[in-house]
Amino acid sequence: MTIVFGLPQPVVTATAGVWAVLVVASLIVWGLRLRGPAERYEELVRRTESWWWMIGAFTFAIAVNTTVAIVFLASISYLALKEYLSLIPTRRIDRGLLLFAYLAIPIQYYWAATDWYGMFIVFVPVWLFLFFPALMASRGDTQGFLRAVGTLSWGLMLTVFALSHLAMLLVSGEVNNPVAGGVGLLFFVVVLTQFNDVAQYTWGKLIGRHKVTPKVSPKKTWEGLIGGVLTTVAVAACLGPYLTPMDWQWSALAGGVIGVAGFLGDITISAVKRDLGVKDTGGLIPGHGGILDRVDSLTYAAPAFFHFFRYFFTP
Amino acid sequence: MSRNPFIRLLRFLFFAVVVRALILVALGLTVRNRERLPKDGPAVLAANHNSNLDALALMSLMPLRLLPKLRPVAAVDYFFTSKAKGWFVTNIIGIIPVKRGSGKEGGNPLLACEEALDRGEILVLFPEGSRGHPETLGPLKKGIGHLACARPKVSIIPIYMHGLGKALPKGSTVLVPFNCTVHVGEPLYGTGTYNDFVTALGEAMMKLGAQEKPPAWE
Repeated sequence: MTIVFGLPQPVVTATAGVWAVLVVASLIVWGLRLRGPAERYEELVRRTESWWWMIGAFTFAIAVNTTVAIVFLASISYLALKEYLSLIPTRRIDRGLLLFAYLAIPIQYYWAATDWYGMFIVFVPVWLFLFFPALMASRGDTQGFLRAVGTLSWGLMLTVFALSHLAMLLVSGEVNNPVAGGVGLLFFVVVLTQFNDVAQYTWGKLIGRHKVTPKVSPKKTWEGLIGGVLTTVAVAACLGPYLTPMDWQWSALAGGVIGVAGFLGDITISAVKRDLGVKDTGGLIPGHGGILDRVDSLTYAAPAFFHFFRYFFTP
Repeated sequence: MSRNPFIRLLRFLFFAVVVRALILVALGLTVRNRERLPKDGPAVLAANHNSNLDALALMSLMPLRLLPKLRPVAAVDYFFTSKAKGWFVTNIIGIIPVKRGSGKEGGNPLLACEEALDRGEILVLFPEGSRGHPETLGPLKKGIGHLACARPKVSIIPIYMHGLGKALPKGSTVLVPFNCTVHVGEPLYGTGTYNDFVTALGEAMMKLGAQEKPPAWE
């Protein structure tokens, strides 16, 4: 594998491709705004501006070194967990205990950074799963206990455990991906998941008619879902052989896994928002909402792709 | 506030680096209707009070360019308990000290506030007086009404904040990260009697607070 600017050459080329797509998309949005009524495209403009920041941050994080990339991914977990804990009902008595929940993030990402798969895979689902309910019980307040335990465990699984698969992919992929290293795998799953979101949204806007989940997320349509997944499969089939050890058929299958998992992550967070009666999970990313609105699909796609790849392509 | 350029630089660095990192990055503010914030002084930001972080959060809403004009109004008895604390809140935070209850002795406890407004400064003020019960709006004190009527041309911006009372409530020294939402209201002016103004401000703040149903915190 050839290294350019400290990154595998295929990743550099693919990153350049992402930036090219961003520039073209921005020009289209800009053109739309010049032609049509400016207010109609305000949201789209804000969204596009935010994409510049997000793609910029991601490029910076993977370009510097692995440590910076892991810190970047851990910060996403931090922001997602904070947003989650701020949205859900909590008990006053658990306030101090939630500080320990945040502490789970550096620890979990440390397992990933040191490629300690055994600890990585049991720390949240076994140790924290047992630890937090016991800690809550030992404080003696049983009012709302089950709800507090349930919401905290689920939140940690989603925002810390699930998202940390990205860091594990980055580190463990170093030996398992001779084509473009761990960063190639990370790039593959992150870019395809985000692309899949946009593709599903765009297909839905263009030809969407039949609702998939009218109660949870009324804007999601079968046309958007199928069109989006098929587009993702096609892009994955092209990108996969270039960035991963998978041939185009396996890459297409991985694209399907990412597309469907991304959709499931999306509607899961939508169900949470509907349950809590909020429209957005926060206001961190203009035009998008909160960080959970942006990484909702990744919370499913990252572990799904990680274990798909680990099962079929790790000796 | 000190005129010493070194202390002013220290204040700038404290707010530009420490406070912004804490409030905007570690905690995170979601601001609704940011465009209603004043572009320049004189003005008063009148907010509900839940946490010692409230003033810092409100000051982070304004651009750093306006930092020299930003003055939180705070009670003498609470903040001047030691020499170091007094120096810090005067020179770094830049508070205008107010003596609670001194109005009953015949003086004007808000004279310093009026003078600050005449200099074009922006006051950060908590009309509830103290932090009270976390995450609930208590009755407003009359002081804000007197101040508004004394300077009827100055815009008073009602603000309602959710979340900081969870991050750092009264009586706690441990900060737990929670997002904070800030609702900015339309400016009010002290054109009628001070009582009317206090009622109007209280209603405006209640209305802002009701825009969002915060998650249960029991």
